[in-house]
Amino acid sequence: MMFVPGNNPGMMADAHIYRPDSIMLDLEDSVTMAEKDTARLLVYNALKSVDYGDTEMVVRINPLNTPYGKKDIEAVVKAGVDVIRMPKTETAEEVVEVEREIERVEREIGCEGRTLIMAAIESALGICNAYAIATASPRMMGIALGAEDYCANLKTQRTPDGDELRLARETIVVAARAAGIAALDTVYSNLEDMETFRKEVEFIHRLGFDGKSIINPRQIEIVNEVFAPTEKAIEKARIILAAIREAEAKGSGVIAVNGKMVDRPVVIRAQRTIDLAIASGILKEEEV
Amino acid sequence: MQLKESFAGTLESGDIHVRLMPSPTPGLTIHLESSVACQFGDQIRRVIAETLAELGIDSAEVNATDKGALDCTIRARVTAAAVRATGKDVWAD
Repeated sequence: MMFVPGNNPGMMADAHIYRPDSIMLDLEDSVTMAEKDTARLLVYNALKSVDYGDTEMVVRINPLNTPYGKKDIEAVVKAGVDVIRMPKTETAEEVVEVEREIERVEREIGCEGRTLIMAAIESALGICNAYAIATASPRMMGIALGAEDYCANLKTQRTPDGDELRLARETIVVAARAAGIAALDTVYSNLEDMETFRKEVEFIHRLGFDGKSIINPRQIEIVNEVFAPTEKAIEKARIILAAIREAEAKGSGVIAVNGKMVDRPVVIRAQRTIDLAIASGILKEEEV
Repeated sequence: MQLKESFAGTLESGDIHVRLMPSPTPGLTIHLESSVACQFGDQIRRVIAETLAELGIDSAEVNATDKGALDCTIRARVTAAAVRATGKDVWAD
């Protein structure tokens, strides 16, 4: 998910050229108070006019307890955004309030149920309530960590090792998995240190995150490299899924591949490998 | 419609700076500065005029400095300048 400031029309027009999986147009922290009105109009008109293809379009709105949040929701829902990202989410009630506003606008324009919600968790209270937030609405598609505000709230600071974020990251992955939604990691802002960035992406991949937030197209390649499954893993997954399909066709239960029992978790992992291979562009859906 | 002098936009690449002023005479007067005025000047003027018409503004003086903005950016900047000039937002309060 590539962050793009909502007040920069040049970047908004070009962002999809780099082919990130999703683009997050920001109306919150990257926009000054004096330009909230103009950024909202830029984002609205860009969403309505720019052909972003199949890139998932996300907009980070301002909180509802500011003078901007309600207008942000009205604008981006009317523009047909895929996902609204809530900043600094601390409770399930905040998600329900945003859901209510989305429903009001969707009713007005006759497209109920279209807009999904992602909540960014950026405080200790938010981490404590992660599962409640993740399950607060059927529109919830993911939760994400916002590390800068989280560290400020925790009275610590970010380090290259990320020890200070370990509990938050693990909590978010577990809450997302329990809720059946996606888990997205925070940004890494030092563009001069790609080595540490790669280590961080490898680490959050091992933790189970579904993706990484990025602030620059230069970071896309590393994320794709880390998240793309290896050829060996893809081949193994294809053999497992073919064996399970054959077993289902014959009506048999437990199967074995290369002498190893294939049970449900193995099948789920194999399917996820294939899904990632398709998402990374290594495989085409018709090849599966 | 009563207007006060207002502006929106920047001089960054891909943007357009739009200044909206009350006009002493009826109708729109659009002064456009753009490095692509020869190819796209008519199109830019048309988008500015259409956007203002949709907002009910038929009399104004517009100074626009274009830096290669897309139509959607022109619409956004003209709308923002108009909202600031009239005090009437396009979104519900």
